Amino acid sequence: MKILLPALSPTMETGNLVKWLVKEGDDVLSGDILAEIETDKATMELESPDDGKIEKILVKEGSENISVNTEIALLSVEGEEIEEKIEKPIESSPPVIANGTDTKIKENNISMGSLLKEQSDSLETKDWSEKEITMREALNQAIEEEMILDKDVFLLGEEVAEYDGAYKVTQGLLDKFGSKRVLDTPISEHGFTGLAIGAAMSGLKPICEFMTFNFSMQAIDQIVNSAAKSLYMSGGEINVPIVFRGPNGAAARVGAQHSQCFISWFSHIPGLLVVAPSNARDAKGLLKSSIRNPNPVVFLEHELLYKEKTNVPEENDFLIPIGKANLIKEGSDVTIIGFSMSVQRILNTLPSIEKLGIKPDIIDLRSIKPLDEDLIYKSVKKTNRVVIVEDGWGNTSFGSHLSYLIQSNCFDYLDSEIIKVSGKDVPMPYAENLEKLALPNTDEIISAVKKVSYTN
Amino acid sequence: MNKKINNSFSDDQLLKFYEKMFLIRKFEEKAAQLYGAGKIGGFCHLYIGQEAVVIGILSSINSEDTVITAYRDHGHILARGVDPKSVMSELTGRSDGISKGKGGSMHMFSKANRFYGGHGIVGAQVPLGVGIGFAHKYRNEKKISRVYLGDGAMSNGQVFEAFNLASLWELPVLFIIENNKYGMGTSIGRSAAGNELFERATVFGIKGEKVDGMNFFTVSDAAIRARDYINNNSKPYIIEMDTYRFRGHSMSDPGLYRTKDEVNKMKEIDPVLMMKETLLKEYKFKEDTIKDIESDIKKQIKDVEKFSLDSPLPDIKELFTEVYL
Repeated sequence: MKILLPALSPTMETGNLVKWLVKEGDDVLSGDILAEIETDKATMELESPDDGKIEKILVKEGSENISVNTEIALLSVEGEEIEEKIEKPIESSPPVIANGTDTKIKENNISMGSLLKEQSDSLETKDWSEKEITMREALNQAIEEEMILDKDVFLLGEEVAEYDGAYKVTQGLLDKFGSKRVLDTPISEHGFTGLAIGAAMSGLKPICEFMTFNFSMQAIDQIVNSAAKSLYMSGGEINVPIVFRGPNGAAARVGAQHSQCFISWFSHIPGLLVVAPSNARDAKGLLKSSIRNPNPVVFLEHELLYKEKTNVPEENDFLIPIGKANLIKEGSDVTIIGFSMSVQRILNTLPSIEKLGIKPDIIDLRSIKPLDEDLIYKSVKKTNRVVIVEDGWGNTSFGSHLSYLIQSNCFDYLDSEIIKVSGKDVPMPYAENLEKLALPNTDEIISAVKKVSYTN
Repeated sequence: MNKKINNSFSDDQLLKFYEKMFLIRKFEEKAAQLYGAGKIGGFCHLYIGQEAVVIGILSSINSEDTVITAYRDHGHILARGVDPKSVMSELTGRSDGISKGKGGSMHMFSKANRFYGGHGIVGAQVPLGVGIGFAHKYRNEKKISRVYLGDGAMSNGQVFEAFNLASLWELPVLFIIENNKYGMGTSIGRSAAGNELFERATVFGIKGEKVDGMNFFTVSDAAIRARDYINNNSKPYIIEMDTYRFRGHSMSDPGLYRTKDEVNKMKEIDPVLMMKETLLKEYKFKEDTIKDIESDIKKQIKDVEKFSLDSPLPDIKELFTEVYL
């Protein structure tokens, strides 16, 4: 067997043979130190790859800049033929690529695209029996219905059971399903999130509630490194069917550590789906779809929307597909895009905008990832003007990415710059007046619409 | 040599355990060689020196039981019965790898063999493994989730959260600390306050013990004791394995944090050699029987090497598949 100068670090290309610790004729065991090699990082020990006798030393000690894979000694190994000693043990031709040599890569063929095609929105327009309820009740209904349908679905989080939920979303579920399926956890996000992901890896379908998403940062490693990446790094072997849900974004007067939007954080991560409904109906249909989805879904609610009411279908099979935006107001002059709470902020400006004689398309994205690009581009190609409203900080934000996507897909259709109205780049202040200023406000949205419309 | 311990293993079983230990040793030596030749890239953490732990535990495992570990995982996935060809092809980053070449040394999984990874973030596998135990209990399965962690992970916060949850919810989990004395280059004396590492779990009401992890028989004995305790009490258990890695933390570790004398002293109780000696002297197996096993493994490793180098690189379309299901 030939002993070659090994690469002893990921970056090593040459090495120096500092010292031989064996001489010709020595018997060695596998793992015995043969020589000291100086690499680009440190002096390392070269170990014998097998039991045998050192037959010949080919490179003298003190030699410098020896290329990796140079033959430095011969080892005779019991049972090995002489020919084999001379034969190179390692193939030298570069490995081939499976199924041909097509080196062209299309970036849009991520399997997520199929999600959009497979799902039909016909369900949304069906003649449902509907009732006006709050978003809080709608979320509760969604969880209850899915837990009845699938016994693998369970709910865990802080105060979700005996306390009835910190925001009452999970009210009554403990009584209906018992403590085996509705579990109060200790204040231990890193641990219980990891536990929930492990349970999902073994096929259960956890709904993991964060009392607010501010606390999900305690568990961010498990969400990013365990939940999002396992399917890919296992070559498709392990999927993680889990929903992380809870209120996200600024509530009211709760200060810097409890007021922030994590949409940009989570939508940055390949492997996560990100959903952010703005109303009760969407919340129910999207949460049901999220629980049934085989991927990890980050489901971002908003505390200030929990009490808002809309008509919501009562049937079990009411689903809103993940990845479908909603054109909630159809116009012709400007496309205004929002999600979650910012949809409410946009709607608040509508009377003033219409007074200016401007008829907007208003798009509620509902899903951030996957994003309904078709609907967005169709609208932009019609209106030629875009305003994006997001509650989160504008620096490297989802809105920034969205404006990049629009300019690169609708460049020839744009008649104005794209304006993004974001949260101010400051930790959330407590004082009422300052908090209001930190979030996107009506005046900012109206002046953005005016600016892209060249209207005074 | 290890002392003969009363156990109910048949001759065939004992030889099988030795064969597996020897397979892991030879597999890892080949991996080191292929790394040196530039055929394996990135990080490569070898299990050489710790084989008695994973095979001793194996002697107590039901085929339905689940296993999860951190990044030093080659031995664990081989012990679980996954084809060495698909493990080595993963190390060489080829399409026949167990993760199709998309995971690498630290990320290998096999649902069929109840092996849940292969995790690269120290400590993260512990809450995950507790979650697997949660699923066993939720489904009323008579299974145990075996969760391996290193001495380094025993100072990681989420591990204590996981101990608390496992004990609080009475989950069927066996925690196995592989205390090889060093978290990368930092000795436990410089990283862990207090007494024995396993005692850090006992404060949560988890029973446990420390055993000689260089000896297949003591490991097996403790593993069976732990299994029976978990089955009878429906509670977690922890074993601290006193073990040692003969090679560096990863392939690019010059090992300046420990002396050669220390390593050589530990090599005197090499778990593979000790097992072999015990089989020969205490169990009176014939030299030829052992030799045949060894030469079969050596032959097998040659095939594994060839297979892992002949296997093609992954198809380019694999870049974008399996991000979502």
